[in-house]
Amino acid sequence: MKGKPILASLATAFALAVAQPALAQENIKIGITTFTSGAASVFGVPAQAAAQMIAEDLNAAGGIQGVQVQLFFVDEGAGAEALTTEVRRLVQDENVDVMMASISSGNCINLTPLMEDLEVLNILWDCGTQRIFEEMESTYNFRTQANATPEMMAALLYLLKTKPDFETIAVVNQDYAWGRDSWELFSAALKKLKPEVEVVAELFPRLGAPDFSAEISRLLATQPDVILSTSWGGDLDTFVQQASQRGLFNNSTFVLPLAESSIQRLGGVLPDGVIVGARGDHYFLHPETKDDEDMKAFVEKFRERTGAYPIYSVFHMAQAFAALQAAYDKAAEANGGDFPDRAQVIAAMEGLEFKGYGRPLTIREDNQALEAQLMGVSRTVEGYDFPIIDDMMIFDAEGIMAPPGQNSLEWIGTLDASFIETEASEYKHEE
Amino acid sequence: MSFQILVLAALDGIAYGALVFLVAVGMTLVFGVMRILNVAHGSFYALGAYAAASLGIAMAGMGLSPWLAFPMFIVAAAVVGITVGGLMERFLLQRIYGYEETLQLLVTFAVFMMLENVQRLVWGVQPYFYSDPLRQLGNVNVAGITYTAYQTLFLPIVALAVLIGLRWFLRYTLAGSVIVAVTEDREAATAIGINARRVFFLTFVIGVTLASLGGALASPTTSVLPGMGAEMIVLSFAVAATAGLGQIEGAAVAALMIGLGRSTAVFFAPELEVVMPYLIMVLVLLIRPEGLFGKSTARKI
Repeated sequence: MKGKPILASLATAFALAVAQPALAQENIKIGITTFTSGAASVFGVPAQAAAQMIAEDLNAAGGIQGVQVQLFFVDEGAGAEALTTEVRRLVQDENVDVMMASISSGNCINLTPLMEDLEVLNILWDCGTQRIFEEMESTYNFRTQANATPEMMAALLYLLKTKPDFETIAVVNQDYAWGRDSWELFSAALKKLKPEVEVVAELFPRLGAPDFSAEISRLLATQPDVILSTSWGGDLDTFVQQASQRGLFNNSTFVLPLAESSIQRLGGVLPDGVIVGARGDHYFLHPETKDDEDMKAFVEKFRERTGAYPIYSVFHMAQAFAALQAAYDKAAEANGGDFPDRAQVIAAMEGLEFKGYGRPLTIREDNQALEAQLMGVSRTVEGYDFPIIDDMMIFDAEGIMAPPGQNSLEWIGTLDASFIETEASEYKHEE
Repeated sequence: MSFQILVLAALDGIAYGALVFLVAVGMTLVFGVMRILNVAHGSFYALGAYAAASLGIAMAGMGLSPWLAFPMFIVAAAVVGITVGGLMERFLLQRIYGYEETLQLLVTFAVFMMLENVQRLVWGVQPYFYSDPLRQLGNVNVAGITYTAYQTLFLPIVALAVLIGLRWFLRYTLAGSVIVAVTEDREAATAIGINARRVFFLTFVIGVTLASLGGALASPTTSVLPGMGAEMIVLSFAVAATAGLGQIEGAAVAALMIGLGRSTAVFFAPELEVVMPYLIMVLVLLIRPEGLFGKSTARKI
């Protein structure tokens, strides 16, 4: 399953068809790490399909700066050691021009220093840990989406703006880095903005836990006003199913910052009025871009290919490719129209402006992208067999994340009640 | 308040313990009779869950009554147990009974790895959820808290029925007596004309059918997804070891202890939830190294 040059033959075929004579540059080789096994393949497999689809389209349109792209996939589910070996092989043997790694924050933390050593451009295309660029200076690593800090701040702001009168909160997060870190950020900010709120339960069931009955019993007994869960995948599906069956949604407001990625599977099981997020402004009915021709085409094509609407990991993948293409274009322009070398592409990543299928993005001086955040509530409407997102708010990134060089928790320590007034654009679902 | 919490913890513990027992008893039985620690046991749990969920979704698509799901669970479990389990015993395990345990462990582990990939090939990576039977049975209200009748009543009743059924089968039927005879002393049983191979086949099929029944019955309560089997192997092994290998009643007590330990932890010390089964196992084995119901036997030379 590892590193198959799936598009190699296809790419060659296109290259022959286009028949550009005497091209000095061979393919642009892109190594992508993604989960094709394990629980996180709910993100990884759709994102892989998106990467293949985008590369086919790109090559059919002549490639990047006239050069075809060629993809190599590595399975993150194989474990950190196998992943490192395979990434090293891609860089040293296949000589990839760029890596896109990874989904897992743990893998990002492991691979970013390696990419610095190997001196190859790496696009952190999905992982969320805010620690990476706060703890290390990086020359070769760039992140083309937000990180955990703005994602959690947007969820908290949405809650405080729409349901300001809550007194108790409970958290049910997965017991690993993301579950712990996201709660640390959320609870630290909550303490600053609404110190009187009482945390009545902090539950961290095992990643992949098949049953939340006891957790739900405890929550039913304590009746917190708000229940936060940053869980995802099968864990979130199971939790929502069991909670909804037992009426936990009746008395508590749920905040599920990653629910956009589960909403199609959950269908009618997810009740209306649940606060949902999408780790960025990722939504196939994005109120500002849903009528754009390229967005409509992308959503339709992805549905044809996979049978589902794109979820946030798919949009993250699209953003990574958009950034790569923008960097090559920018570097070529700076190079007098000639095809740029690797150093020129990396230089172009600094301050790069690009656009996926949401608001435009910019890469900050610390190599971290500024990405807007979309939050909303679930709502059942005609025409979809799962809830859509209504009463949306889109937050710009600058106001809700730590400035470059500052630690997120320290930055959160400087917040005061005025933070709740952070501006957001508001949208209703349109039929 | 504290009494309410004890009631809640007990109910959650019983429900969870019932499910764990259904899966673990199969592993215990197989080990007791065949002395093979079947690592692929977890795969049968997963296959049972996948088979039940996809059949259930197909049945719902045909507009059939959700009540039919209950007999379907048994059929699905039996089909998985007899076909996959039967093939595995006949063509793989039969060849390795004479070899040392390490090899047997490796072979069943290999089967586990293969079946994991088969699941991904057949069902993909997206989670399945089929909760119609659970919804069908509705909710019950205990101490002011809503429970699903499926988890608090139905699963414990099935577990109890399996326990009583297995005891009856092993004590009062010919096939059961033959199994017990082979468990006690394989050589002597063979000497009086018992076909040990047939007994092994039968035991293995029953054991893995119970695992896939556990999976089928779990499918309405949880996401069916790749990797769900791995967790069950470790848990089943913890139950089997706590119980005393081969002890059916012991498996019931151990599963109940693990269920209650886990749910109590969620209420009073959530940080301990994950390690609870293993903590119980270690404590029991420290006091009784042969397990709760295990008998210390003289080593045969």
